[in-house]
Amino acid sequence: MTEPSLSQQEFLAKEKQHRLQVKICRSMVFVLLLAVWELCAQLGIIDSFIFSSPIKIWGCFLKMAEDGTIFFHTGVTLLETLISFFLVVLIGVAAAVALWASRGLSEVLEPYLVMLNSLPKSALAPLLIVWLGNNMKTVIVAAVSVAVFGSILTLHTGFMQTDPDKIRLIRSLGGTKRDILTKVLIPSSIPLIVSNMKVNVGLCLVGVIIGEFLSARAGLGYLIIYASQVFKMDLLVMSIVILCILSTVLYQVIAESEKRFLQKHR
Amino acid sequence: MKSKLEVKDLCYSYHTLEGETQALSNISFNVKEGEFFVIAGPSGCGKSTLLSLLCGLIEPESGTIAIDGVPGKDSHAVMGYMLQRDHLFEWRTIFDNVSLGLEINHRLDEGSRKELDHMLDTYGLLQFRDAKPAQLSGGMRQRAALIRTLALKPDILLLDEPFSALDYQTRLEVCDDISSIIRTQKKTAILITHDLSEAISVADRILVLSSRPGRVKNVIPVPFSDQCIRPLQRRNAPEFTMYFNQIWKELRDHD
Repeated sequence: MTEPSLSQQEFLAKEKQHRLQVKICRSMVFVLLLAVWELCAQLGIIDSFIFSSPIKIWGCFLKMAEDGTIFFHTGVTLLETLISFFLVVLIGVAAAVALWASRGLSEVLEPYLVMLNSLPKSALAPLLIVWLGNNMKTVIVAAVSVAVFGSILTLHTGFMQTDPDKIRLIRSLGGTKRDILTKVLIPSSIPLIVSNMKVNVGLCLVGVIIGEFLSARAGLGYLIIYASQVFKMDLLVMSIVILCILSTVLYQVIAESEKRFLQKHR
Repeated sequence: MKSKLEVKDLCYSYHTLEGETQALSNISFNVKEGEFFVIAGPSGCGKSTLLSLLCGLIEPESGTIAIDGVPGKDSHAVMGYMLQRDHLFEWRTIFDNVSLGLEINHRLDEGSRKELDHMLDTYGLLQFRDAKPAQLSGGMRQRAALIRTLALKPDILLLDEPFSALDYQTRLEVCDDISSIIRTQKKTAILITHDLSEAISVADRILVLSSRPGRVKNVIPVPFSDQCIRPLQRRNAPEFTMYFNQIWKELRDHD
């Protein structure tokens, strides 16, 4: 391999420097925020009983990590999110395929799907508690209801945009609707399905927290409600921080697998 | 020579809520065994509709299509259909693309795999057997699409402007390439195009369609002296300009 030209080297160096600067600024924003918060709390500018402070949050975390309770609650939320996520993907793809396969069915159901999709699903949660009881089932059903209707509509729209010439090709080779489904529709829609998953995992987390607010004895949503009721602000803010980390990790896992998939298939 | 394909009084209309559009009106023609038959006409004259009818993808409103004297519906003849673009599936390898037809018809076995490999070898694609379509040039992709069509051993090849998505230079080469392959295989082929030069360079006979609704204006034989069979050679033959002017006039005459 030949050495890159001087101008190319210069460009690369500049680009590298820029990325480093972004990284430094990012970390500085984080540190500065924590420092100002802690300082204001220490100096009594804000009331740390109400606003908490980074050191108190960390202390709260260490205490709960010692007896393992925080891992239990995080684990419960994660489990509920993953179960509802897989259910959403499964139901979403299956329903979208059914709607694609039958023009009549999709036309009949369309107004209902649109209505259910725009309905604020938190309104359903009290109803679900009465129907299903005060347990994990309610949380999961609430989470599924938040994400599944949008997912069905998005996937169905995507499926309907499958290149009609590719469908013609399969038919001219003697293929049936089943061949169109397995040989064109599903393979060509995988990027769509994966990008839809990225939206779904976030929505499932929203649904799980809504469910836990109303009907749970475990999970991060339960911790948040409990902490606000007994005024343990350290616990409340810590739960939110863990929620932030959890949602980012879940999103990144899917984004990473999307990247790997696309690399393999291009 | 006997007729391979016989089309009689074919009519077809498209129906929408806004109204009815007649696409084809009383189309009749014959195609002989082993003939390279070209259907030429302005855009929107129902050329693609005609191919869809011949392929059996849509049913005619009236009229008949017979292959080897057997009506289209009862015929077991295989139609090979080549579309405007190659439509190779990016997520499949070249081999999995060319075997698509056999796979759909559950005819993919040891023997047919060997045959496909042999075809890939003959048409210079064997080294790309396990490559993805994106790694192939436009001409090679079109060859792969032809192999996919030929793999089902069609009785009649239907070509729907198969070169129109290529740039001009590639187009001349691919047209030369593909039509030579079809000639050596002695396949009966029907090609539709709006490009008169292309039509004259490959055809035995040219059917000229009028604009919508498509009607048969004339069927013109385009014989060339024997030594120039290849399309690129035909383009330089003295007869070429003569045929071009004749068909040009035919297309411009408004009934």
